[in-house]
Amino acid sequence: MIKFSEDKLNKVEELMARYPEGKQKSALIPVLHLAQDTFDGWLDVPVMDYVAELLHITPIEVYEVASFYSMFNLKPVGKYLFEVCRTGPCMLNGSDDIIEYIKVKLGVQEGQTTADGLFTLKPVECLGACGYAPMMQLGKTYREHLTKEKIDSIVEECTRAAAN
Amino acid sequence: MGVKLLLEHAHIEGIRFYDAYRKNGGYRSVEKALKMTPEEIVEEVKKSGLRGRGGAGFPTGMKWGFLAKPEGVPRHLVCNADESEPGTFKDRYLMEFLPHLLIEGLIVSSFALGSHHTYIYIRGEYVWVAEILEQAIAEAKLNGWLGKNILGTGFDCEIYVHRGAGAYICGEETALIESLEGKRGNPRIKPPFPAIQGVWMRPTVVNNVETLAAVVPIINMGGAEYAKIGIGKSTGTKLLSACGNINKPGIYEIDMTISVEEFIYSDEYCGGIPKGKKLKACIPGGSSVPILPANLLLKTAKGETRIMSYEGLADGGFTTGSMMGSGGFEVFDEDQCVVRHTMTLARFYNHESCGQCSPCREGTGWMYKILKNIEYGKGKISDIDLLWDIQRKIEGNTICPLGDAAAWPVAAAIRHFRDEFEWHVLNPAESQERNYGLAHYADPIHVPVAI
Ligand SMILES: Cc1cc2nc3c(=O)[nH]c(=O)nc-3n(C[C@H](O)[C@H](O)[C@H](O)COP(=O)(O)O)c2cc1C
Ligand code: SF4
Ligand code: FES
Repeated sequence: MIKFSEDKLNKVEELMARYPEGKQKSALIPVLHLAQDTFDGWLDVPVMDYVAELLHITPIEVYEVASFYSMFNLKPVGKYLFEVCRTGPCMLNGSDDIIEYIKVKLGVQEGQTTADGLFTLKPVECLGACGYAPMMQLGKTYREHLTKEKIDSIVEECTRAAAN
Repeated sequence: MGVKLLLEHAHIEGIRFYDAYRKNGGYRSVEKALKMTPEEIVEEVKKSGLRGRGGAGFPTGMKWGFLAKPEGVPRHLVCNADESEPGTFKDRYLMEFLPHLLIEGLIVSSFALGSHHTYIYIRGEYVWVAEILEQAIAEAKLNGWLGKNILGTGFDCEIYVHRGAGAYICGEETALIESLEGKRGNPRIKPPFPAIQGVWMRPTVVNNVETLAAVVPIINMGGAEYAKIGIGKSTGTKLLSACGNINKPGIYEIDMTISVEEFIYSDEYCGGIPKGKKLKACIPGGSSVPILPANLLLKTAKGETRIMSYEGLADGGFTTGSMMGSGGFEVFDEDQCVVRHTMTLARFYNHESCGQCSPCREGTGWMYKILKNIEYGKGKISDIDLLWDIQRKIEGNTICPLGDAAAWPVAAAIRHFRDEFEWHVLNPAESQERNYGLAHYADPIHVPVAI
């Protein structure tokens, strides 16, 4: 059964109250973030339907938004999503090599997840960290000034965290 | 050392938090502004000559003057913290290290515009930055700078942080407004302008983070004093985010009187190019503005030293100049490939096009495909002209300026680096092994001398 905890339902209420009367749809993106964080890192159709119900809007209004924004995953992703930036400024600082290294290290192509379901590699466009390139987003944080050694230790860190 | 108005206190321990911020003169501008009338504040901003720091450089005071004030309809100030233009990461720095400076600017600006519910629309990926802002807002509220009846003046104001979810187009103000309403980020056809019908069809002002932060020193020192800093219509200070091949990437506050050469080579700023390599090219104001080869970057076509001001960077128009844009300053050393870089930008704009207008939706995809062919040794000479033709047909033919923003980088790359494109086409095998290199891009340009 898809349902937020009491705490999260309160958070939804609080988010909705930020916008004027009758404009509760404005809370859609913030609530979708909450839903994705809560339900395994992606937005399955029943999850989106649930969000629609909470905000008193139609499911199609949720689908059309969820499919527009690149942070919303409409398919399952690995526990650790490596979103490596490859736009110009990062490219000048070697992001191509970093992506290549991750592919070989994890044995995946762009967009794929490792067989154990732990890692997904997703090349993305500029994340606003161009001066600290190469970089990637991992969960709620940025990992900057990436090197092959750093990738090794991040993979190790994630593998260890997953085992616990 | 240049004047520091925004980053003056950035190095102080704990400045991210209220106590240190307040101890260092924080929130003085709110005390001052709330004793003025909203009109007087708008007047000071007009006098300051402040121009929007989001990219377009539109005079902020004038924009505020356009805000409609129909009786009984709430108005809103929305802070644009979407920051997604490649090369640009200055707003992140301000929000991450000086969140209270932005909050302070937002309170003064909200009072000036009559916004009781002000929103910060921040790009979704800046998760921790949004948390820092939420914390700063809570601190400000606890200390009586937000909420009901601020400083006993009867002015009520709340600030909310609203995270986006990954879409460059939501930096465009009408797309941002749509997104804030919980919709896809499809830009609106203007008119009506946001100043008349913006978010929830209410009069709305959208301003960049840095613009709103600059309101603090403007109120503290007075608009006329602020206007004395800089040259011409480039008043005050500007934040630049410097990246690419430089020794000291990061955020710099400049008064717009220094030369481009000083900015790149001085230790106070970028600190030169790593490993003593030579400068090949630069995109001085975010990925949408024209790339310039080294020779046209350091000197204008007239042979004068190029200055880091709105006018200086634009000197020569698009033929031989560029733009200040968002302040994303990206440096290329002699080993970089302009074709490959242009290809990544074409892919970026293709990915970010919202898809409403066919020239942008289709054209960005064609440009990416053609550039990919050239980059990977499968191009034809006629492809270069085809690229030129496509970009020309996108520019000016779309609902929002993303179309232009996608066209300009391709146009400028071909305009100034055509022989590098041709070399790729004519040497398909070699171009997979090595880059074209510096070639003649740093050679002095022949300037005709008047006799
Ligand atoms: C495609 C596109 C992306 C934009 N992205 C941003 C952005 O990330 N941040 C920003 O402040 N302005 C951005 N702008 C400019 C805004 O539309 C708007 O002009 C600006 O927020 C106004 O604020 P200002 O006058 O303070 O600069 C963008 C414009 C376009 C066309
Ligand atoms: S120019 Fe591109 S991004 Fe802008 S409205 Fe048209 S399709 Fe959308
Ligand atoms: S280009 Fe990679 S973070 Fe901006």
